[in-house]
Amino acid sequence: MESIQETTAAIIETFSMYDEWLDKYEYLIELGKALEPYPEEDKTEENLIKGCQSRVWLDSKFDGERLWFKADSDAIITRGIISLLISVYSGRTPGEILSDDFSFVEKIGLKENLSPTRANGLVSMIETIRSRAGECA
Amino acid sequence: MEIQEIRSHFPILSRTVAGGRPLVYLDNAATSQRPKEVIDKYASLSLEKNANIHRAVHTLAAEATDQYEGARAAVAQFINAASAKEIIFTSGATASINTVAYSYGEAFIGQGDNIIVTQAEHHSNIVPWQMLASRKGATVKYIPVDEEGHLEIEKLETLIDSHTRMVAISHISNVLGLVNPVKEIVRTAHGRGVPVLVDGAQGIVHEQVDVQDLDCDFYAFSGHKMYATPFTGVLYGKKALLDKMPPFLGGGEMIATVSLTKGTTFAPVPGKFEAGTQNLCGAPALEEAIKFAKLLRTKEVGEYQEQITAYVMEELQRDKRIRIYGVPRGTITKIPLFSISVEGAHHEDLALILDKMGIAVRSGQMCAEPLMDRFGVTGMLRASFAPYNTMEEAEAFVKGLDRAIKMLI
Repeated sequence: MESIQETTAAIIETFSMYDEWLDKYEYLIELGKALEPYPEEDKTEENLIKGCQSRVWLDSKFDGERLWFKADSDAIITRGIISLLISVYSGRTPGEILSDDFSFVEKIGLKENLSPTRANGLVSMIETIRSRAGECA
Repeated sequence: MEIQEIRSHFPILSRTVAGGRPLVYLDNAATSQRPKEVIDKYASLSLEKNANIHRAVHTLAAEATDQYEGARAAVAQFINAASAKEIIFTSGATASINTVAYSYGEAFIGQGDNIIVTQAEHHSNIVPWQMLASRKGATVKYIPVDEEGHLEIEKLETLIDSHTRMVAISHISNVLGLVNPVKEIVRTAHGRGVPVLVDGAQGIVHEQVDVQDLDCDFYAFSGHKMYATPFTGVLYGKKALLDKMPPFLGGGEMIATVSLTKGTTFAPVPGKFEAGTQNLCGAPALEEAIKFAKLLRTKEVGEYQEQITAYVMEELQRDKRIRIYGVPRGTITKIPLFSISVEGAHHEDLALILDKMGIAVRSGQMCAEPLMDRFGVTGMLRASFAPYNTMEEAEAFVKGLDRAIKMLI
């Protein structure tokens, strides 16, 4: 398995090919549509991160060595970003997750989508990934 | 004024966003942009007349006080209040409503009483009443909204009972954009001896407000939605009621005498409700905003806005993918404010894509969660226009929305 740095470097490279913002969104929409289905029964209150904008559901499992994340959103661009986060962080050890600074999101120009003022579930999603890693470390 | 002349007064409208695209600002119901006259006025207070008001005898204080009290008189004249003493400056419509809920509620609402709001209220006209109700053991009831977004006001008559102590309604909902029949609601409530508070956050921007003609007991609004700076709110209240209400916040300015042994007596209105240092730069800037708003209330500007409203409504109604909330009918008119949902496309996605086309719209619950629940949606997309928006911008919105929907579904 490639390292977090290798995975994020590939994502940054992909995004650097898009000059136009709308093209970036087109790509994220594709990723969002292709995201592995999230089980309806796991769309529980407990897993729900409720925002003023989109809703995000996040479920995690720790197998003793690695953390596995599943997530979903009712908004497709957010699903696209979720897809990126899962490709980077799911199946990693807590130590690997905690050693990363999550800066790739900023490097592909999506920081504004994650600003707390957006009041969506993504900020909380990143916080949750971090804190789950902290709990399992 | 011609549209391009109007636009020339608003410096921000010439900026670009999203990689050089011209800004199309359609989030005016959240806050409007400010003309340079307002910006200059605010700055001039800091540059030339900055002093705390009402107390000191020096020149700057006298000038600042004149500016502040002049603004109060201008507001009174603008909404046709019987006296400037009926105008209380607050931080915004939210603070105005909270002042009434706390102060009037403290004095006149008790265990077993009820307050009537509507299903279409902004949280600012729901939550203060719920907080009051839970303090006092009272309840909050509501006038429902029908499928097209109209208040079912015929239900008001049966909702009012002998324990109803207040009817609190918006002049225009920030989601539906329909001008509510406030005068009729006031007549019904007064017929049963119940006072009425009107949340005029949107109403003050789009309607010629005459509080004596409406006969409402309280009218709350925010200056920042009508070209002024933030924290320039107004609470209008009938003096006879304000006189009977206890102060909300205690502190400087609102007192007559203070004694540690004999207690405190309070200043007459409006001072009684203006504790602490006031927005002494903002209030005079609000007077400039009012002057500007008056300039925009011409037949010419009104007709242009109606053309935009008719065009956008027609385009949205023609598109079967779109549901519009707040459809005008009969005597109920609509302001250029359009809240919609699109089957299969999330409001947040639509707003993000439009943003990258340079078009600023609002998405989400718009501080009206009960109304979102009423229509079974998690949020909506809203485009709200001001007199400085052009027909070309309306067309850009319609085209941009179509393109965004096609990207998503």
